[in-house]
Amino acid sequence: MTTPDDPELELEAAPLVRAYVITNGRSLPADDEFSLITLVTAAQDMPPTGQLDPEKRRLLDLCSGGYLAVAEIAGHTELPVGVVKLLLSDLTQAGYLYTRAPVPPAKLVDRRILEEVLHGLQARFG
Amino acid sequence: MAFKPVLDNGVYLRDSVQTAAKILVVGHFAVGKTTFISTMSEIPPLRTEEVMTQASAGVDDLKGTPGKTTTTVAMDFGRLTLSEKLVLYLFGTPGQQRFVQVWEDMSRGALGALVLVDPDRLEESFPVMDLVEHYGIPYAIAVNRFGDTSHHSDKEIREALDLLPETPLVNCDARDQRSSANSLITLVRYLQSRLN
Ligand SMILES: Nc1nc2c(ncn2[C@@H]2O[C@H](COP(=O)(O)OP(=O)(O)OP(=O)(O)O)[C@@H](O)[C@H]2O)c(=O)[nH]1
Ligand SMILES: [Mg+2]
Repeated sequence: MTTPDDPELELEAAPLVRAYVITNGRSLPADDEFSLITLVTAAQDMPPTGQLDPEKRRLLDLCSGGYLAVAEIAGHTELPVGVVKLLLSDLTQAGYLYTRAPVPPAKLVDRRILEEVLHGLQARFG
Repeated sequence: MAFKPVLDNGVYLRDSVQTAAKILVVGHFAVGKTTFISTMSEIPPLRTEEVMTQASAGVDDLKGTPGKTTTTVAMDFGRLTLSEKLVLYLFGTPGQQRFVQVWEDMSRGALGALVLVDPDRLEESFPVMDLVEHYGIPYAIAVNRFGDTSHHSDKEIREALDLLPETPLVNCDARDQRSSANSLITLVRYLQSRLN
Protein backbone atom coordinates (compact mmCIF):
# COMPACT_ATOMS: atom_id res chain seq x y z
CA MET A 1 0.00 0.00 0.00
CA THR A 2 1.00 3.56 -0.53
CA THR A 3 1.39 4.96 2.95
CA PRO A 4 2.49 8.42 3.98
CA ASP A 5 5.17 7.00 6.26
CA ASP A 6 7.11 5.44 3.41
CA PRO A 7 9.67 8.21 2.89
CA GLU A 8 10.23 7.50 -0.79
CA LEU A 9 6.58 7.57 -1.67
CA GLU A 10 5.90 10.48 0.59
CA LEU A 11 7.89 12.84 -1.56
CA GLU A 12 6.09 11.97 -4.75
CA ALA A 13 2.66 11.67 -3.25
CA ALA A 14 2.95 14.71 -0.98
CA PRO A 15 0.24 16.86 -2.56
CA LEU A 16 -2.19 13.99 -2.65
CA VAL A 17 -1.47 12.91 0.89
CA ARG A 18 -1.84 16.50 1.98
CA ALA A 19 -5.20 16.69 0.24
CA TYR A 20 -6.21 13.46 1.94
CA VAL A 21 -5.28 14.75 5.38
CA ILE A 22 -6.95 18.12 4.90
CA THR A 23 -10.22 16.49 3.94
CA ASN A 24 -10.03 13.85 6.65
CA GLY A 25 -9.89 11.19 3.99
CA ARG A 26 -13.31 11.96 2.60
CA SER A 27 -13.69 11.52 -1.08
CA LEU A 28 -13.74 14.70 -3.08
CA PRO A 29 -17.14 15.96 -4.20
CA ALA A 30 -17.95 15.36 -7.83
CA ASP A 31 -21.21 17.25 -7.40
CA ASP A 32 -22.22 20.57 -8.83
CA GLU A 33 -22.47 22.46 -5.59
CA PHE A 34 -19.45 24.56 -6.54
CA SER A 35 -18.22 25.20 -10.03
CA LEU A 36 -14.89 26.83 -10.85
CA ILE A 37 -16.66 30.16 -11.26
CA THR A 38 -18.99 30.10 -8.29
CA LEU A 39 -18.32 33.37 -6.46
CA VAL A 40 -17.62 33.12 -2.75
CA THR A 41 -17.10 35.56 0.12
CA ALA A 42 -17.00 35.43 3.91
CA ALA A 43 -20.33 35.94 5.69
CA GLN A 44 -20.88 39.31 7.37
CA ASP A 45 -21.71 37.86 10.76
CA MET A 46 -20.09 34.47 10.96
CA PRO A 47 -19.94 31.94 13.76
CA PRO A 48 -16.80 31.88 15.95
CA THR A 49 -13.75 30.63 14.05
CA GLY A 50 -11.77 29.31 17.03
CA GLN A 51 -12.56 25.68 16.33
CA LEU A 52 -11.74 25.74 12.64
CA ASP A 53 -8.69 23.86 11.46
CA PRO A 54 -5.87 25.92 9.94
CA GLU A 55 -6.68 25.17 6.29
CA LYS A 56 -10.26 26.33 6.72
CA ARG A 57 -9.15 29.41 8.63
CA ARG A 58 -6.78 30.17 5.81
CA LEU A 59 -9.56 29.93 3.22
CA LEU A 60 -11.81 32.09 5.35
CA ASP A 61 -9.13 34.76 5.74
CA LEU A 62 -8.65 34.83 2.00
CA CYS A 63 -12.41 35.08 1.44
CA SER A 64 -12.92 37.88 3.94
CA GLY A 65 -11.49 40.50 1.57
CA GLY A 66 -14.33 40.27 -0.95
CA TYR A 67 -15.73 38.00 -3.62
CA LEU A 68 -13.48 35.52 -5.44
CA ALA A 69 -14.27 32.64 -7.79
CA VAL A 70 -13.60 29.10 -6.56
CA ALA A 71 -10.81 28.82 -9.16
CA GLU A 72 -9.15 31.96 -7.77
CA ILE A 73 -9.28 30.57 -4.25
CA ALA A 74 -7.60 27.40 -5.51
CA GLY A 75 -5.04 29.48 -7.38
CA HIS A 76 -4.14 31.70 -4.41
CA THR A 77 -3.96 28.85 -1.90
CA GLU A 78 -2.30 26.40 -4.32
CA LEU A 79 -4.65 23.67 -3.19
CA PRO A 80 -6.21 21.23 -5.67
CA VAL A 81 -9.63 22.37 -6.87
CA GLY A 82 -11.40 19.32 -5.47
CA VAL A 83 -10.03 19.97 -2.00
CA VAL A 84 -11.00 23.63 -2.14
CA LYS A 85 -14.54 22.73 -3.19
CA LEU A 86 -14.90 20.37 -0.27
CA LEU A 87 -13.58 22.84 2.29
CA LEU A 88 -15.76 25.62 0.87
CA SER A 89 -18.76 23.35 1.00
CA ASP A 90 -18.16 22.67 4.71
CA LEU A 91 -17.65 26.35 5.44
CA THR A 92 -20.78 27.36 3.56
CA GLN A 93 -22.93 24.80 5.32
CA ALA A 94 -21.61 25.99 8.67
CA GLY A 95 -22.56 29.58 7.86
CA TYR A 96 -19.11 31.07 7.30
CA LEU A 97 -19.46 31.83 3.61
CA TYR A 98 -21.92 33.24 1.09
CA THR A 99 -21.95 32.11 -2.51
CA ARG A 100 -23.22 33.52 -5.77
CA ALA A 101 -24.01 30.69 -8.09
CA PRO A 102 -22.83 30.84 -11.70
CA VAL A 103 -25.20 31.35 -14.54
CA PRO A 104 -27.81 28.66 -15.11
CA PRO A 105 -27.36 27.48 -18.69
CA ALA A 106 -30.80 28.61 -19.82
CA LYS A 107 -31.15 30.07 -23.30
CA LEU A 108 -32.73 33.30 -22.15
CA VAL A 109 -30.04 33.93 -19.61
CA ASP A 110 -27.34 33.12 -22.16
CA ARG A 111 -28.70 35.69 -24.54
CA ARG A 112 -28.53 38.41 -21.92
CA ILE A 113 -25.09 37.36 -20.79
CA LEU A 114 -23.68 37.22 -24.29
CA GLU A 115 -24.95 40.73 -24.86
CA GLU A 116 -23.29 41.93 -21.67
CA VAL A 117 -20.03 40.18 -22.55
CA LEU A 118 -20.03 41.71 -26.01
CA HIS A 119 -20.78 45.20 -24.77
CA GLY A 120 -18.16 44.88 -22.06
CA LEU A 121 -15.47 43.75 -24.49
CA GLN A 122 -16.34 46.45 -27.00
CA ALA A 123 -16.42 49.17 -24.37
CA ARG A 124 -13.02 48.17 -23.11
CA PHE A 125 -11.11 47.12 -26.18
CA GLY A 126 -13.20 48.20 -29.16
CA MET B 1 -2.20 30.70 12.98
CA ALA B 2 -3.97 33.31 10.92
CA PHE B 3 -3.07 33.41 7.27
CA LYS B 4 -2.54 36.92 6.00
CA PRO B 5 -2.77 36.72 2.28
CA VAL B 6 -0.24 39.04 0.70
CA LEU B 7 -2.47 40.21 -2.06
CA ASP B 8 -2.40 43.30 -4.20
CA ASN B 9 -5.31 45.64 -4.58
CA GLY B 10 -7.62 44.52 -7.33
CA VAL B 11 -7.46 40.89 -6.31
CA TYR B 12 -11.09 40.83 -5.25
CA LEU B 13 -14.12 41.33 -7.41
CA ARG B 14 -16.27 44.39 -7.06
CA ASP B 15 -19.11 43.79 -4.61
CA SER B 16 -21.60 44.65 -7.32
CA VAL B 17 -20.62 41.65 -9.49
CA GLN B 18 -23.51 39.19 -9.59
CA THR B 19 -22.71 36.90 -12.45
CA ALA B 20 -19.67 34.95 -13.58
CA ALA B 21 -19.29 33.57 -17.08
CA LYS B 22 -16.61 31.34 -18.57
CA ILE B 23 -14.95 31.05 -21.97
CA LEU B 24 -12.36 28.39 -22.73
CA VAL B 25 -9.11 29.17 -24.53
CA VAL B 26 -7.98 25.87 -25.97
CA GLY B 27 -5.30 24.58 -28.28
CA HIS B 28 -2.39 22.22 -28.61
CA PHE B 29 0.93 22.43 -26.81
CA ALA B 30 2.67 25.83 -26.98
CA VAL B 31 0.12 27.43 -29.30
CA GLY B 32 -0.24 30.55 -27.13
CA LYS B 33 -2.98 29.80 -24.57
CA THR B 34 -1.07 31.19 -21.60
CA THR B 35 0.05 34.20 -23.61
CA PHE B 36 -3.53 34.96 -24.66
CA ILE B 37 -4.80 34.73 -21.10
CA SER B 38 -1.99 36.92 -19.74
CA THR B 39 -2.67 39.49 -22.43
CA MET B 40 -6.37 39.72 -21.62
CA SER B 41 -6.47 39.21 -17.85
CA GLU B 42 -6.87 42.07 -15.36
CA ILE B 43 -5.19 39.99 -12.65
CA PRO B 44 -1.89 38.13 -12.86
CA PRO B 45 -2.95 34.77 -14.31
CA LEU B 46 -3.50 32.03 -11.77
CA ARG B 47 -3.26 28.26 -12.03
CA THR B 48 -5.50 25.56 -10.71
CA GLU B 49 -4.52 21.98 -10.23
CA GLU B 50 -7.01 19.23 -10.85
CA VAL B 51 -6.11 15.83 -9.52
CA MET B 52 -7.39 13.27 -11.97
CA THR B 53 -7.86 9.61 -11.37
CA GLN B 54 -7.72 7.59 -14.52
CA ALA B 55 -7.84 3.96 -15.39
CA SER B 56 -4.32 3.07 -16.36
CA ALA B 57 -3.56 0.98 -19.38
CA GLY B 58 -0.25 -0.47 -18.30
CA VAL B 59 0.44 -3.46 -16.07
CA ASP B 60 2.91 -1.61 -13.87
CA ASP B 61 0.29 -0.06 -11.63
CA LEU B 62 1.03 1.65 -8.37
CA LYS B 63 1.31 -0.81 -5.55
CA GLY B 64 -2.04 -1.39 -3.92
CA THR B 65 -4.03 0.67 -6.36
CA PRO B 66 -4.56 -1.65 -9.28
CA GLY B 67 -5.98 -0.08 -12.39
CA LYS B 68 -5.81 3.51 -11.16
CA THR B 69 -3.27 6.26 -11.52
CA THR B 70 -3.51 9.89 -10.60
CA THR B 71 -2.22 12.78 -12.63
CA THR B 72 -2.30 16.46 -11.95
CA VAL B 73 -3.48 18.74 -14.70
CA ALA B 74 -2.62 22.41 -14.38
CA MET B 75 -4.80 25.01 -16.03
CA ASP B 76 -4.15 28.70 -16.10
CA PHE B 77 -6.87 31.26 -16.10
CA GLY B 78 -7.48 34.97 -16.06
CA ARG B 79 -10.27 37.37 -15.25
CA LEU B 80 -11.99 40.27 -16.98
CA THR B 81 -14.58 42.38 -15.18
CA LEU B 82 -16.83 43.48 -18.02
CA SER B 83 -19.45 45.51 -16.21
CA GLU B 84 -20.59 46.42 -12.72
CA LYS B 85 -22.41 43.11 -12.62
CA LEU B 86 -20.55 40.69 -14.84
CA VAL B 87 -17.16 39.01 -14.70
CA LEU B 88 -15.69 36.79 -17.41
CA TYR B 89 -13.15 34.08 -16.68
CA LEU B 90 -10.87 32.74 -19.40
CA PHE B 91 -9.63 29.21 -18.81
CA GLY B 92 -6.71 27.79 -20.75
CA THR B 93 -7.40 24.13 -21.31
CA PRO B 94 -4.82 21.67 -22.61
CA GLY B 95 -5.74 19.93 -25.82
CA GLN B 96 -4.47 16.43 -25.17
CA GLN B 97 -7.00 13.63 -25.39
CA ARG B 98 -5.86 12.12 -22.12
CA PHE B 99 -7.34 15.10 -20.28
CA VAL B 100 -10.93 14.17 -21.13
CA GLN B 101 -12.03 14.32 -17.52
CA VAL B 102 -10.88 17.91 -17.29
CA TRP B 103 -12.73 18.70 -20.49
CA GLU B 104 -15.92 17.32 -19.09
CA ASP B 105 -15.63 19.65 -16.10
CA MET B 106 -14.49 22.63 -18.12
CA SER B 107 -17.15 22.40 -20.80
CA ARG B 108 -19.96 22.52 -18.25
CA GLY B 109 -21.26 26.08 -18.09
CA ALA B 110 -18.83 27.44 -20.69
CA LEU B 111 -20.29 29.96 -23.12
CA GLY B 112 -17.94 28.74 -25.82
CA ALA B 113 -14.31 28.13 -26.75
CA LEU B 114 -11.68 29.98 -28.68
CA VAL B 115 -9.49 27.42 -30.44
CA LEU B 116 -5.98 28.73 -31.05
CA VAL B 117 -4.28 27.16 -34.06
CA ASP B 118 -0.86 27.55 -35.61
CA PRO B 119 -1.16 27.22 -39.39
CA ASP B 120 2.27 25.60 -39.59
CA ARG B 121 1.16 22.82 -37.24
CA LEU B 122 -2.45 22.27 -38.21
CA GLU B 123 -2.40 18.52 -37.66
CA GLU B 124 -1.57 19.15 -34.01
CA SER B 125 -4.96 20.83 -33.66
CA PHE B 126 -6.94 17.74 -34.70
CA PRO B 127 -7.25 16.25 -31.18
CA VAL B 128 -8.45 19.61 -29.84
CA MET B 129 -11.01 19.90 -32.60
CA ASP B 130 -12.24 16.42 -31.74
CA LEU B 131 -12.64 17.43 -28.10
CA VAL B 132 -14.62 20.62 -28.71
CA GLU B 133 -16.84 18.76 -31.16
CA HIS B 134 -17.29 15.83 -28.81
CA TYR B 135 -18.39 18.05 -25.94
CA GLY B 136 -20.54 20.18 -28.22
CA ILE B 137 -18.80 23.40 -27.24
CA PRO B 138 -19.46 26.16 -29.79
CA TYR B 139 -16.16 27.60 -30.96
CA ALA B 140 -14.32 30.06 -33.15
CA ILE B 141 -10.85 29.55 -34.60
CA ALA B 142 -8.12 32.07 -33.79
CA VAL B 143 -5.15 31.66 -36.11
CA ASN B 144 -1.99 32.45 -34.23
CA ARG B 145 0.66 33.05 -36.91
CA PHE B 146 4.12 32.40 -35.52
CA GLY B 147 5.78 33.50 -38.72
CA ASP B 148 3.62 31.21 -40.86
CA THR B 149 6.44 30.43 -43.25
CA SER B 150 4.20 28.88 -45.88
CA HIS B 151 1.44 31.55 -45.75
CA HIS B 152 -1.54 29.27 -45.52
CA SER B 153 -4.70 30.93 -46.73
CA ASP B 154 -7.86 30.96 -44.63
CA LYS B 155 -9.39 28.63 -47.19
CA GLU B 156 -6.60 26.09 -46.76
CA ILE B 157 -6.94 26.26 -42.99
CA ARG B 158 -10.70 25.81 -43.18
CA GLU B 159 -10.30 22.78 -45.38
CA ALA B 160 -7.59 21.22 -43.25
CA LEU B 161 -9.65 21.64 -40.08
CA ASP B 162 -12.86 20.67 -41.87
CA LEU B 163 -14.71 23.73 -40.56
CA LEU B 164 -18.37 24.44 -41.15
CA PRO B 165 -18.92 27.54 -43.33
CA GLU B 166 -20.42 29.43 -40.37
CA THR B 167 -17.51 28.75 -38.01
CA PRO B 168 -15.62 32.02 -37.59
CA LEU B 169 -11.93 32.11 -38.37
CA VAL B 170 -9.97 35.14 -37.28
CA ASN B 171 -6.30 36.07 -37.23
CA CYS B 172 -4.92 36.67 -33.78
CA ASP B 173 -1.66 37.69 -32.17
CA ALA B 174 -1.96 36.43 -28.61
CA ARG B 175 0.63 38.96 -27.48
CA ASP B 176 -1.53 41.85 -28.64
CA GLN B 177 -4.49 42.95 -26.56
CA ARG B 178 -6.54 44.48 -29.35
CA SER B 179 -6.06 41.47 -31.54
CA SER B 180 -6.90 39.04 -28.73
CA ALA B 181 -9.97 41.05 -27.72
CA ASN B 182 -11.09 41.05 -31.33
CA SER B 183 -10.96 37.23 -31.39
CA LEU B 184 -13.12 37.08 -28.28
CA ILE B 185 -15.58 39.55 -29.78
CA THR B 186 -15.75 37.41 -32.93
CA LEU B 187 -16.50 34.34 -30.82
CA VAL B 188 -19.21 36.09 -28.79
CA ARG B 189 -20.89 37.48 -31.93
CA TYR B 190 -20.96 33.96 -33.32
CA LEU B 191 -22.44 32.61 -30.08
CA GLN B 192 -25.16 35.24 -30.35
CA SER B 193 -25.89 34.37 -33.96
CA ARG B 194 -26.45 30.74 -32.97
CA LEU B 195 -29.30 31.77 -30.67
CA ASN B 196 -31.25 33.45 -33.44
N1 LIG C 1 4.85 34.92 -32.88
C1 LIG C 1 3.97 34.64 -31.90
N2 LIG C 1 4.42 34.00 -30.79
C2 LIG C 1 3.53 33.71 -29.83
C3 LIG C 1 2.17 34.06 -29.95
N3 LIG C 1 1.51 33.60 -28.85
C4 LIG C 1 2.44 33.00 -28.08
N4 LIG C 1 3.66 33.07 -28.65
C5 LIG C 1 4.89 32.48 -28.09
O1 LIG C 1 4.77 31.07 -28.15
C6 LIG C 1 5.32 30.45 -26.99
C7 LIG C 1 4.30 29.53 -26.32
O2 LIG C 1 3.21 30.29 -25.85
P1 LIG C 1 2.35 29.87 -24.58
O3 LIG C 1 1.40 30.98 -24.35
O4 LIG C 1 3.21 29.46 -23.45
O5 LIG C 1 1.59 28.59 -25.14
P2 LIG C 1 0.62 27.58 -24.37
O6 LIG C 1 -0.43 27.21 -25.33
O7 LIG C 1 0.19 28.16 -23.08
O8 LIG C 1 1.58 26.36 -24.11
P3 LIG C 1 1.34 25.08 -23.17
O9 LIG C 1 0.62 25.56 -21.95
O10 LIG C 1 2.71 24.58 -22.88
O11 LIG C 1 0.56 24.12 -24.00
C8 LIG C 1 5.77 31.58 -26.09
O12 LIG C 1 7.16 31.74 -26.24
C9 LIG C 1 5.03 32.80 -26.63
O13 LIG C 1 5.77 33.98 -26.41
C10 LIG C 1 1.74 34.77 -31.12
O14 LIG C 1 0.57 35.11 -31.30
N5 LIG C 1 2.67 35.02 -32.06
MG1 LIG D 1 0.30 27.31 -21.11
